[in-house]
Formats: sequence, C-alpha cells, structure tokens
Amino acid sequence: MGEMDTLKKEADGLKTQIEAARKAVNDTTMAAVASGVAAAPRVQLKNRKTLKGHLAKIYGLHWSADNRHMVSASQDGKLLIWDTYTGNKVYAVPLKSSWVMSCSMAPSGNLVASGGLDNMCTIVNIKAASPKTLRELDAHEGYLSHSRFLSDTEILTASGDTTCCLWDLETGKQKVIYKSHVGDCMCLAVSPDQNSFISGACDSSAKLWDVRDGGCKQTFIGHTSDINAIAFFPSGTAVITGSDDCTLKMYDLRADQEVNGYQDAALNAGVTSVSLSSSGRLIFAGYDNFNCNIWDSLKAEKVGVLSGHDNRVSCIGVPDDGLGICTGSWDSFLKIWN
Amino acid sequence: MLVVGIRLEACQPDSLGQVFPQDSIRLDFKSLTSGVEAKMSSKMPSSNNIAQARRTVQQLRIEASIERIKVSKASADLMHYCGEHAKYDPLLMGIPASENPFKDKKPCTIL
Repeated sequence: MGEMDTLKKEADGLKTQIEAARKAVNDTTMAAVASGVAAAPRVQLKNRKTLKGHLAKIYGLHWSADNRHMVSASQDGKLLIWDTYTGNKVYAVPLKSSWVMSCSMAPSGNLVASGGLDNMCTIVNIKAASPKTLRELDAHEGYLSHSRFLSDTEILTASGDTTCCLWDLETGKQKVIYKSHVGDCMCLAVSPDQNSFISGACDSSAKLWDVRDGGCKQTFIGHTSDINAIAFFPSGTAVITGSDDCTLKMYDLRADQEVNGYQDAALNAGVTSVSLSSSGRLIFAGYDNFNCNIWDSLKAEKVGVLSGHDNRVSCIGVPDDGLGICTGSWDSFLKIWN
Repeated sequence: MLVVGIRLEACQPDSLGQVFPQDSIRLDFKSLTSGVEAKMSSKMPSSNNIAQARRTVQQLRIEASIERIKVSKASADLMHYCGEHAKYDPLLMGIPASENPFKDKKPCTIL
C-alpha cells in the first residue's frame, strides 16, 4: 500500500512540474504572432473527379508516392488501386475480412496493407502477376486502426489493443512495440525524417515515439475525447490532431504544448480525418457532418468548405506534390478536388 | 484474456440499402479497453498495478526532463515555414488549367 501511495504522489508531482514548465514558455499565442500575416486567400476548390467503384462505406485512402495512384479500402471487402489522372481502377484486391478500417501503400508502390476488426495487418504485393498476399501480421490483440509503411521491409501499425507496433516484413515478426497509451490507438503519422512517429488514441492524448528504441518521448493532452486523426506539419516540428470533441489542435513539438486550436461553436460534429497542404498553411479536416472544412493553420480561421458527399467523410489525403486533395466517404465515393 | 462478445445493435439499412453493424462493433471495441482500465484501478493494489504505476512514473520522469522552447519562437518558426513554402503550394496558389492533372481534358473540335 505504501509504495502505491509514494508512486501516486511522485506521478502527481511530475505532472504538476510538466504543467509548470509548459506554462513557463507559454509567452504568447500563435493568434497574436500570426496577426500580422496576410490572411490566406478564400479557398474555392472544385471537385475535379469522382471515383466510383466501391459498393459500401469507404474507411481509408492513401496516396502513392508517385502522386498519381491511390489505394482505397471499403467494407465491401475490397481494396481498389486507382489511377487518379484517368479515374480508372488499376487493381482490385479482394480481402479475406471485409471489416477493414484502414489501408496504406508503400513508398515504392509495390505493396499495400490493410486491416481492421480481424486484428491483422495483411500485406499484398500488387506488382506480382496477380495481387498476392505477402504476409499476415498477426499479433495485435485488438483491431487494426491504422498502418503506414516505412519501406518495403518495415511497417508501423496502430491498434485497438492500445499499442502501436513496428513489424519486420521479411520475417513477419514484431520488431518494436510501443506501449504507453491507455485507450485504443486510432491513428498514426510518420515524421518527415522517419525517425519518429505520432499516435492518437481514445485516451484523448497524442504521443510522440522514437521509431527505433520504442520510447515515448512526449505526450500531448488537451482534447476531451478520442483523437481520430493525426498529421505532421510538413516541417516535422508540429502535429495536428482531430478529435470526437469536434476540434482540431496544433501541438508544437519543441514547445511541448498546444499552440493553436481550430473550433467553431456551430460545429458539433466529430473530426474523422485530417491532412495538410504542402506548405502547411491549409488544414483539411473531414467531419461526421458530411463536410470537409478548410482551416488557416496560422490564424485558426475557416477559409473554405468541400461539400459534395452524402455521408460522413471518413478519410482524406493530399499527395506529396500537393496538387490536389482526395476525400473518401461512407457514401462509397472518393472525390478529388483542387 | 478477455473474450469479447460482439453485440449487434438493431441495424437500420443505410442510404445504400445495406445493413452494416460494424459501427456498433467499433464502438464496443473502442470502449472495451477504457472500461477494463477503470475496473483495474478500483481493485486493491496488486503487483500488476504497482508495475503499471512504476512505468507511469518512469514515463513522466522522461517527459518532465525535456528542453522546451518559447511558444513565441515556435510560432514564429511555423509562420516562417508557411511563408517560405506558400508560393510552391498549389492548393493555396491555384493551379493553371494546363498544369492540372485532375482536370478533365475536353476534346477539341476543329471547325
């Protein structure tokens, strides 16, 4: 009993210390600093393409590093790989389990990954003569909510079992397990230099991890509900989170705290997905209310809306060249805008 | 090892005329773990809880020891990054029709 009390006292003391240290460097707000910056232009993006082919709710999408191809996952039990310039489907990968929650494509374009309520991450080689399952990564004790390849030999996964994991695709085994969250992990994003990644979870916190040693370096709090979406600011020094509490937040890694918040009293829909334009100035956020709002990341003002979907926007993504944005929805369509 | 019973709520067909119970399944999985944690912490301290508490303290020690920069500097740096890269940001600057790979190219008819 004694040790528990001592530990609790020390934990509380450390939390107070961290809060005080954050306050000590909180010498201004980004709103104040950005007041002198010219407003972002009113952003009016047009729906250039609608990709039709899925027969049920779309749960995930991911652009290829070639800026042209994209993989999408739907609970119709398929992954579709699209040529977004023509709108054609290039490959269809049938899934063993249709309860898919996410998909991703390797930077090489050779491999795609998917997973969901089957608790597994299935890796498929789409460049083989016909799409061929390469690995079934089976060790998570909860659903697979998100995955991102580091290369053709390594992939990061986030799971409802509250852990994230780095897998070796040559052996199919776990290399590193990232344990610290106390709620289901819902999303992850890799830093531009690939040395760290961030995860968002149902414990309302986001955590920054060292890819190689598995250590949690920083924890970001402030949200009051599940964090469903997370992205790095392109400089790699800040992260944006989207939550069921209807807000987005920007946390600066070096100041170790929230530096901006994106909310609107009129908005009472949870954020499902988030992506940034290539300069980081624009934040695209998909919401449960079928829309995607566009925010000025510096001034925290809404500067546009993408409306056109007939159901929740579940996933969103901007290709590396920044030439467009794709939204995926429970209405079974993907829309490309620019 | 917990065995999860999947609870299928009354399923209404959605706009596509299809019935998908996975929303309620996802909610069950989402709330499961937090429910378990709450249950564990209300029990008498076991060796499990002490180990968990030690890990928490260890983690907090790491997080308390990092160097932090001022919010003014952090904000200025982020603003500077946006400023430097704005002119190369197609979604901010707009894309001329001739360079837009997603724009449908209409066939030209020569009269």
